[in-house]
Amino acid sequence: MSEIRRRDPRREWIARNRLHPAHASALAVLGEGAAAVEWMGPNGLIRKNPRAIGFIGPNGVKRIDRSGVQQGGQAGSTSRLAAQDRRRRVEIPDPTFMVAVVPELSGGRLSGHDKDLLGLARRLADADPERPGAVLAVVFGEHKEEALGEAGIDRLLHLEDDAYAGFAPEARLAALCAVERELAPRHWLLPDSPLGGADLGRRLALRLNEGRGERPATGVWHVEADSGAPLGWRCTARGAAERLDIQRPLPRLALALAECAEPVDETLHAAEPLRLEGTLPSPFSRIEDLGQVAVDPAGVALAEAEFILSAGNGVTDWEGFHHAAGVLGATEGASRVAVDDGFMARDRQVGATGTWVTARVYLAVGISGAIQHLQGIQSCDKVVAINLDPGCDMIKRADLAVIGDSAEILAALVAKVEQQRGGQRDAA
Amino acid sequence: MRPEQQGIEVAVLVSVGRHPITGRARRADQDARGLELALGLERRLPGSRVSLLHAGPHAEENEAALRGYLGMSAGTGLDTLTLLEQAEGSDAIPVLAEHLAAAPPQLVITGARAERGEGSGLLPYALAERLGWPLVNGLAAVEKVENGVATLLQALPRGQRRRLKVRLPAIVSVDGAAPAARQSAFGPARRGELAAIPVSAEPDRELAEWQLDPARKRPKRLKIVKAASARDRFKAAAAKAEGGSGQVLEGVSAEQGAEAILKLLNEEGVLR
Repeated sequence: MSEIRRRDPRREWIARNRLHPAHASALAVLGEGAAAVEWMGPNGLIRKNPRAIGFIGPNGVKRIDRSGVQQGGQAGSTSRLAAQDRRRRVEIPDPTFMVAVVPELSGGRLSGHDKDLLGLARRLADADPERPGAVLAVVFGEHKEEALGEAGIDRLLHLEDDAYAGFAPEARLAALCAVERELAPRHWLLPDSPLGGADLGRRLALRLNEGRGERPATGVWHVEADSGAPLGWRCTARGAAERLDIQRPLPRLALALAECAEPVDETLHAAEPLRLEGTLPSPFSRIEDLGQVAVDPAGVALAEAEFILSAGNGVTDWEGFHHAAGVLGATEGASRVAVDDGFMARDRQVGATGTWVTARVYLAVGISGAIQHLQGIQSCDKVVAINLDPGCDMIKRADLAVIGDSAEILAALVAKVEQQRGGQRDAA
Repeated sequence: MRPEQQGIEVAVLVSVGRHPITGRARRADQDARGLELALGLERRLPGSRVSLLHAGPHAEENEAALRGYLGMSAGTGLDTLTLLEQAEGSDAIPVLAEHLAAAPPQLVITGARAERGEGSGLLPYALAERLGWPLVNGLAAVEKVENGVATLLQALPRGQRRRLKVRLPAIVSVDGAAPAARQSAFGPARRGELAAIPVSAEPDRELAEWQLDPARKRPKRLKIVKAASARDRFKAAAAKAEGGSGQVLEGVSAEQGAEAILKLLNEEGVLR
């Protein structure tokens, strides 16, 4: 008996009429509650209530969000989960060959250049779906990267030893030669960047080349398949101070420029740890690293400074500003107003008409943020603003903004930094 | 006892450069910086000797460019440039390695990469491998040389420097971080001598096989948006670069503001 669905046309009518005083209770009785959007009709048809979609916005106007994010907490989270699961998981248990990559890992994380390079390695490895290769990443020292598998790494050889710290090309070269002997990768790829691969890659190239006359490719920016080439690929490389394009078959070892390929984003890889069987030789090093030197921040070119303290129209206490720059160890910059008023030198001007800076931390004191100035700091990672006006454009750009008098805040900051340093010295 | 600082033999490898705009032959920028470094070293270490070495054809336009290096020698003891004469398109590495091995200097300075030809920057590495000498790249300054060990400053990105100790003989390569070269004067350039030594050279066959074209402009990478819904695609297309996600501290004391800034500076690790 109870199998038979009985319709109550009146209740359905009330449920359809959202102005009816009994509307909510009718919806609740119909079983789907107030948020019933879809239900199975008596004849097995899916019925939709278009009026139950959406929500009342802040101004009392009904809003419909079609992305599915704000419909209900559950729907949004499931769609986000689905977005993660859409990436294909790839395991390569027994690869036909290896593509070795030595990422530069500047700051312990994969840089954009590294990811492009891994994308290129994936292209080389996955060219033949029947016989896939594995991408092997050789990582020296500690790293903070967690998304190694997402970047396309199948095997990870993590070499942790004090011998590889700092500038140790000879030790690293010996390790890479051991990798070559044991695993014999078909391709070697390194970034052609000053910090990492440019030096190590050229050393490795000449070490691998002993006996064979093959020259490595440097400055590679394009790779395409070519069945006539020995390894099945052709590459285009920059030569003669960026003035020539050299087209040649891809050699075993290539040093690639940034944007040589698209980074991996559709697959997830295993990043399975790997060990070398033999012990690594510890070569006698003729180069000794005495560590980094404290550099006078005022002497560092503004365009490549890491930490900039920049002053604008809001700075009145210039003595205090210069003192703060000295204590913080920051390179000084200025907005156009401060330069025009004669408080700072012309070569210190940041912005479209001055220098385009690439600092990791940019501390803007009393700068309201003219559009030309904001253009100049486009590629800064973190912007900190100290300003009196809470509505200015610099505050909108800043990752951290403090509203207040710049002189007082700088003085307090200097005091805190000195206190912190003093504490460290006492502890040491 | 004061450590002994004696003069050393420095060989500077120079090449024929190419002006980036006119394309005319000139002294190569990095090599000229290398020579500047060597001349500075000669002034600081009495008894040092700087020699210039080039391998290549002895042609009219090359000669003008090579004399540009001799023009930097006013007031120094440098007056000759050794030219290992070989045909155009020959491999310079074996010739240079042979010459350096015959009369080894203690320090060889080169530019990081050439402005003509392949320009791969492999030459210093190839020489180091052949001679078995240590190599340091990106040199910014030579601080001191004593008892056969040189203390060098290596340039790192962001204007940072690293101090290294290298056992001589060694090869060092110089890039844009080294001190800028002085002007080249016409008189010393005319008076200087190009000592040409004909050498037997093998042609660079591999380079001849490759296809060389003027550099194409690299395609700009497109921002590819992989969005599931139309709304995501629209948002990606219409999004402004800056989201107002920053933290704003209003109505706090100077102490609290400074504390927040200090925390961020410590997190980023920019305070030394």
